[in-house]
Amino acid sequence: MDALELSRWQFAITTIYHFFFVPVTLGLSIFTALIETCYVFTKHEKWKPVAKKLTKFFGTLFLINFAMGVVTGIVQEFHFGMNWSEYSRFMGDIFGAPLALEALTAFFLESTFIGIWMFGWDKLNEKLHLLSIWLVAFGSNLSAFWILVANSFMQHPVGYSILNGRAEMANFTSLVTNPYVVGEYSHALFAGITTGGFVVVAVSAWKILRDEASRAAFATTIKAGAIFMLAGLFGVMGSGHLHTQYLAKANPMKLSSIEALWETENPAPFAIAAVINKDAGKNDFEIAVPGVFSFMLYNKFDGEVKGINDLQKMNEKEYGEGNYIPDVTGLFWSFRAMVGAGGFMIMLALFTLYLSFTNKLTKCSCFLKVLPYLLPVAFIANTAGWYIAEGGRQPWIVVGLQKTADAVSPNLTGGEVLLTTVGFTLIYLILAIAALYAAFHYIKTTAVTEGSEA
Amino acid sequence: MEATEFWFVLITVLFTGFFILEGFDYGVGTLLPFIGKNDIERRTVLSSIAPVWDGNEVWMITAGGALFAAFPHVYATMFSAFYLALFLMLVALILRGVAFELRNRYPSNAWKKTFDNAIFFGSLLPAFLWGVAVTDLIGGIPINEKMIFTGNFFNLLTGYSLFGGIVFAIMFTYQGATFLTVRLKDKELLERAFSKAESFGVRVVVFFIFFAGLTVYHTDFEESKTALLLFILAVVAFALSFSAVRGKNSKKAFILSSVGIALTTISVFVALFPRLMVSSMNPDYSLTIFNAASTPYTLSIMTKAAIALVPVVLIYQGISYYIFRKRVSGEDLGEH
Repeated sequence: MDALELSRWQFAITTIYHFFFVPVTLGLSIFTALIETCYVFTKHEKWKPVAKKLTKFFGTLFLINFAMGVVTGIVQEFHFGMNWSEYSRFMGDIFGAPLALEALTAFFLESTFIGIWMFGWDKLNEKLHLLSIWLVAFGSNLSAFWILVANSFMQHPVGYSILNGRAEMANFTSLVTNPYVVGEYSHALFAGITTGGFVVVAVSAWKILRDEASRAAFATTIKAGAIFMLAGLFGVMGSGHLHTQYLAKANPMKLSSIEALWETENPAPFAIAAVINKDAGKNDFEIAVPGVFSFMLYNKFDGEVKGINDLQKMNEKEYGEGNYIPDVTGLFWSFRAMVGAGGFMIMLALFTLYLSFTNKLTKCSCFLKVLPYLLPVAFIANTAGWYIAEGGRQPWIVVGLQKTADAVSPNLTGGEVLLTTVGFTLIYLILAIAALYAAFHYIKTTAVTEGSEA
Repeated sequence: MEATEFWFVLITVLFTGFFILEGFDYGVGTLLPFIGKNDIERRTVLSSIAPVWDGNEVWMITAGGALFAAFPHVYATMFSAFYLALFLMLVALILRGVAFELRNRYPSNAWKKTFDNAIFFGSLLPAFLWGVAVTDLIGGIPINEKMIFTGNFFNLLTGYSLFGGIVFAIMFTYQGATFLTVRLKDKELLERAFSKAESFGVRVVVFFIFFAGLTVYHTDFEESKTALLLFILAVVAFALSFSAVRGKNSKKAFILSSVGIALTTISVFVALFPRLMVSSMNPDYSLTIFNAASTPYTLSIMTKAAIALVPVVLIYQGISYYIFRKRVSGEDLGEH
């Protein structure tokens, strides 16, 4: 493999790994801030110390996750210059601004206040301490906004002109208000809330079963976590739906590839499953529901959707000869994995709530036993979603403006990139084990009970 | 002032802040095994930087982001040229950052020892590599007419740049030692910090004098009288800081050490101006504020953002240092 292909693998491995932690940070920071808000404002004498311990409990899990997110995030910031120098040159005038703004507005905020929050329990009054976790949550979620502003430009360039051999910013406001950002950001934020909620649910289920002394406290958080998760899931569905409709205008090739729709059709069917034959430009076999794809886009059961083969011809006309079709098989199945995982999580959250509100949680211990093992479902959905976003814009690194193949650093050798790719992968594996080990140890050994502080 | 000049100054400011603040974080990490002789002591040493190191590291990330936004060609050329060096730095920073968080999360000596090693190497290695990088920047590296680096990893490791790496490692270790004299409370720890500050104080001054000589020989520093003067003033600041250490005046020692670092950084950027990366192949191929910058439009937006936001950041980081101003002691170690 050459430097280009290895750099793509490296970016895929390091972003996907980074994006294991990011959604947890987005959701769990808000959740931790919410419990601390309960702690600060509750009038209930008995509940107050429990709420404080719960804040520290989920806050600690948040901290372990946050540290992983921070260190893997630095790799991403460096990666653009290290492996994609020609991209950085071509896009720097536009891409650099949101990145620098992310550092100035969000990274400083979250990193400074996480320190204050972590070590400030005895040094600040309750309300200021509460303010610091809200600033952390705000900073984390603001940082996601800026990076998705940058990413949205790559998906759907706006407010630029091509001058001096590079993309130059013509309008900062249109960069920030790119309609693509709305879809990407809201979808990511709600995915974060879902993931954070599921972490709370999974950990609470484990504690309810195995730690009798802490059972009461975690019976509360499993309820709160499931509500949080469900709110996230509805948000994910809504934003996903709107974003899909927007994709029809912004990037039809990505959209039709997700649905493996090879020929232009009206009304367009939705394939539940298909055997995709990329070389022949068709599906050898498919189970399809007529009209549903049109319905997803136009809210009615008819309407034309352009097929991949026609879009390929249109692309060739516009950009010259070449293959403009992304990884249809990967996108098709990623989308189904993501939506399937979402639907499955809705059922889990609803069933958890049903058991909680009817006080049947402990009677249904096998469900509680299984719940923690299902947590990876959320991460599968997140990874699949990220793959759709990034895989769907190939062969472009910036849709219509620069191809991925033209973006790689020309001075790198395959050997160098192989070394760093193997290096990052190994370190990431070791760290994942260490972080999970520490988190499990903490969950196992930390009781949350009534009474004075431990 | 032109927008490009403003951003050159701002990047100087960001690197200055970064080297002063992360300087003592690196130094404390490097000194950890020498000042902390048992677990409680090491936890005490670490607690001096625990609430602030993450915010300090953001100075580096912001400097990187600012380079990307204001001088994208510098960001592209520098990061791809220093490829393997930056890989090593990232590995070090990853291990160090995770170690700070995980060290106390499992009650096993092997676990703690592993992460203490990660903190030690994860602090020493970046300190060294920054020295290598800075000397490479002023010494020049092979960059062609397309702004592309044509050398390899070993072109970055000259005798001069390796010496620069050692000087930076010593400078940051000294900065960490003076910081610990300000932040520690327990008598034995404080004595050890002072003794490390003394031994590294001598080294800083001696190595800096050699470094100044080598720099004049290997670069075009002598063309800028101001840069040279600032460099000499940096040596003076370190010497005065060292004498403050001997007089047990920890605050003065730390402030003067910070001044020394600031003068060194500013001197480097003054010598570079208007260049940001020097090409050893042909002076015309160097990356400057003229040929490597973003458009005036982007720069003007970023200028407004920087003017509005940097003071706010300084205020709340200042507040954080104010909250954690009390000297740390083994007796006050909380659950963390």
